[in-house]
Amino acid sequence: MKGAQLGEFEELVLLTIALLYDNAYSVAVMEELSNRLERPMSLGAVHRTMQRLEEKELVQSRFGESTAERGGRRKRLFTVTAAGEQALQEARKIRNDLWADIPNAAFGGSLA
Amino acid sequence: MKSRRTTHNTVQNVKPPRWVNWLMERITAPHLREELQGDMEELFHRRVSRYGTNKARFMYAWDFLLLVHPRLWRPEPEPTFKPRYTKYSDVSKPLSFHPVMIRNYLKLAFRNLIKYKGYSAINIAGLAVGMAVTMLIGIWIQDEVSANKHHKNYETLYQVKFNQTFDGQRGTQDAIPFPLGDELKAKYPDFKAVAMYQRSEGNRSLIVGDQKFLKNGIYIGQDAIDMFSLTVLNGDKNPLKEPYSIVLTDETARTLFGNQDPIGKIVRIDNSVDLKVTAVVAKQPANATLQFDYLLPWQLQEARYDWVRNKAKTDWRNNDWGVFAQLKEGIDPAQTNAKIKDVILTHLAANDPTSRNQVKPEIFLHPMAKWRLYSEFTEGKNTGGFIKYVRLFGIFGLFILVIACINFMNLSTARSEKRAKEVGVRKAVGSGREQLIGQFLSESILIAGMALVIAVVIVLAALPFFNTLTEKAMTIEFGNPLLWGGTLAFTLFTGLLAGSYPALYLSSFSPVKILKGTFQAGKGATLPRKILVVVQFAFSISLMIGTIIIYQQLEHGKNRPLGFTKAGLISVNSSKSLLDHYDALRDELMATGAVSSICKTNAPPTQWWSSNSGWKWKGANPADESVIFTTIATSYDYTKTMGIKLKEGRDFSREFATDSAGVILNEAAVKRMGLKHPVGERMRWANRDWTIVGVVPDIVVEWSPYRAVAPMTIIFAKDWVNFIDLRINPAMSPSAAIDKIRPIFDKYNPGFPFDYQFADVEYAKKFRYEELVGNLSAVVCLLAIFISCLGLFGLASFIAEQRTKEIGVRKVLGASIANLWGLLSKDFVQLVMIACLIASPIAWYTMNQWLESYTYKITIHIGVFVGVLAIALLITLLTVSYQAIKAALLNPVKTLRSE
Repeated sequence: MKGAQLGEFEELVLLTIALLYDNAYSVAVMEELSNRLERPMSLGAVHRTMQRLEEKELVQSRFGESTAERGGRRKRLFTVTAAGEQALQEARKIRNDLWADIPNAAFGGSLA
Repeated sequence: MKSRRTTHNTVQNVKPPRWVNWLMERITAPHLREELQGDMEELFHRRVSRYGTNKARFMYAWDFLLLVHPRLWRPEPEPTFKPRYTKYSDVSKPLSFHPVMIRNYLKLAFRNLIKYKGYSAINIAGLAVGMAVTMLIGIWIQDEVSANKHHKNYETLYQVKFNQTFDGQRGTQDAIPFPLGDELKAKYPDFKAVAMYQRSEGNRSLIVGDQKFLKNGIYIGQDAIDMFSLTVLNGDKNPLKEPYSIVLTDETARTLFGNQDPIGKIVRIDNSVDLKVTAVVAKQPANATLQFDYLLPWQLQEARYDWVRNKAKTDWRNNDWGVFAQLKEGIDPAQTNAKIKDVILTHLAANDPTSRNQVKPEIFLHPMAKWRLYSEFTEGKNTGGFIKYVRLFGIFGLFILVIACINFMNLSTARSEKRAKEVGVRKAVGSGREQLIGQFLSESILIAGMALVIAVVIVLAALPFFNTLTEKAMTIEFGNPLLWGGTLAFTLFTGLLAGSYPALYLSSFSPVKILKGTFQAGKGATLPRKILVVVQFAFSISLMIGTIIIYQQLEHGKNRPLGFTKAGLISVNSSKSLLDHYDALRDELMATGAVSSICKTNAPPTQWWSSNSGWKWKGANPADESVIFTTIATSYDYTKTMGIKLKEGRDFSREFATDSAGVILNEAAVKRMGLKHPVGERMRWANRDWTIVGVVPDIVVEWSPYRAVAPMTIIFAKDWVNFIDLRINPAMSPSAAIDKIRPIFDKYNPGFPFDYQFADVEYAKKFRYEELVGNLSAVVCLLAIFISCLGLFGLASFIAEQRTKEIGVRKVLGASIANLWGLLSKDFVQLVMIACLIASPIAWYTMNQWLESYTYKITIHIGVFVGVLAIALLITLLTVSYQAIKAALLNPVKTLRSE
């Protein structure tokens, strides 16, 4: 199935959508991400990723309110679906397993 | 405070750049547009308060650029019907160049083709003929341009040429003295290889067993095999090192030995020397400059001829040989030229410090890349050559293609009224302009594609004739991907070019006007269409004028008074045994009654093979020593055999023993020398005194019949001859005469096949290029007229159709058929006349330039232009009348019934 794989950036975006919970739309996701990653982010990249996530059915969207700031246009709000949550859990588990299995010597013993 | 106020202003006043929004509305998929624009604007307003207006605007545009991605303009992916938007304008449009749409366009185009069969036939036929001609010309140009490129050393090969000044004129020749080759090779490290060569003078006889063949070959240095990258198919890789060897081409080997292995076999040449076949090489392609049936080793000349061994090897004054040279990689030929420039001068000066220097001999390298197309020299400068014909036909090809494309455009736009309704309906049901453009372009590309198929068939069918016409052996290499790529690109280009105007024009109609019925396509399109017709006819008419002038010039040359009678004159390339038995041969030939006169000469009647300077005469100044006299060496009965009427004096005669020191001049010589009473005057040349015994008119034996006749000396030198000229008894047919002559030659010349040339045939060969250009341009011109008329025919039929109602009304009101015919033809006649006015000065100028290169030429007569105008008008009237009369004959009851 196409949705089984999560790219690194997709994972970040998906996490951010989860984090922003009820206010996850592209501009918010983008600002949140650029603050946290401390690098500028293009709207296009975020937008495309969110579209892709929706195609993979990891998120679902609905239209939110329209504001004057947006020239009267509505924003599209995203929420993580069950499949999305499962994909995130999966990714997290794989990482945790990987971390757990790294031998102590690998990082010069700094990891106890 | 400031930032707060800015924020306030933002929402109220500051707007993002409008052009970005404009672009965005055009390229983004509708289902994404709202949120994207919202996002962008929100970001913009935040940025205005954060960074200020300018930066925000910049970032807005920048963001947009980063947004550009296929995902953005791809229509909604899933097929499920789940309308997110309800606004009409948001319904997603199909993409203009989606494969599905293209299939649709092609289907429509095909249906339209079927529906309007006549129109389609005219269009396809016109384009096909145009494309076929362009393709043939393209193949021809390709053949010319790629000549010699098969040689691996194409870039580094040169022929040594040589400038000398005679009588104030700098002439260029490729005959150089014998020692030059060795000198270049020995003293100049720039050269990688040097090969001397001697072109055969006519054919040689090759004898194998009891079979005799006439074949053309060259004495050439052994370096030539590698220099010209000749493919040794069989035998020694360096086959010319032994003097008594011969290298055959595969073709010659098959002729001589059939399927036997020729290596080591013996070939006897000129019935005097036995040579061993040392190698077989591949025959050169037809467009190569170096052509031969066999090669002979350079050293064989020394082995065979005493005078080469004893004299020529050190003689810097006798220019009789050629030399090919190959420069080492990376050597600049200009530098080498500078080094070798004075080689001959240095040697001449060493022998003869005074007289020879004034000819200022200067040698230089002529690169292989220029051998074919840039071989003409004027005043020592390379001034082009055959390239002028290549350019001429390149232009012809373009003309034809333009004419064919114009037809297409005209017919398509003329038909616009018919299709206006279709366009209107299409637009009304939601087809955008892009879709219409797409449809029209697909239609024209489809037509071009069909025309291409027909054009390829025409090219395949015409290639054999075209090869005969151009004396070539061109083929189409079907395995060549470049050819296919080129052809497809060419078709696409033709289709786009031909379809561009109708596509843009037809798609611009406003549906409202069309459907309301107020639309009139004719008005807006008339002017451009008229201009196109004028342009088209201007092209055809200039081609017509050009062809006529080329033809006139050709005829002018052919009918030039020669000063001798070429009919019934034959020449035989003679051999030692023929010359040894000349007197007996002559007596027997005369006894047959087939020959009325016979003489010996040093060149065939329509050529001269020798020229000399250094003649002195009474009243000549020292500079006159560089006047070049064409020299004909002959025996008794020269003027009688040639059919020359003497102006003054007499021919050489057996009754005057002193005639062995006699000379006959032509009128050009008398004029150049400034003699009042030439007969009896004395001249000095080659350390001997010569007495002028007669004057002949200016006989045309020049290599080009369009050149002015040079001064000529005819001297009596019975040993300096290679040819026997015969005048056939006029009472006898040439073939009967040849039958009588042949056994006598065979008797005295056992080692050679009887080889003879008719002077009139040889003279006709001098018109090869003009004949080629004449024939080609006649064909191109006829086709151009044909295509133009095809277009005119189609156009006339549409205009007649357009005006059926008008014609009906006029008829009802009493107009005669002649009136109506005049009405419909008038427009076209006007256009053709304007085209003629435009074409005439251009054609006149171009053809005048073309004629400049001939000394013996016609002057362009005004009648040509009048004639061409008359022909063009006649053709136009014939073409248009059919449609006009057809329209005029229609019954008005039928055409007006619907009103």
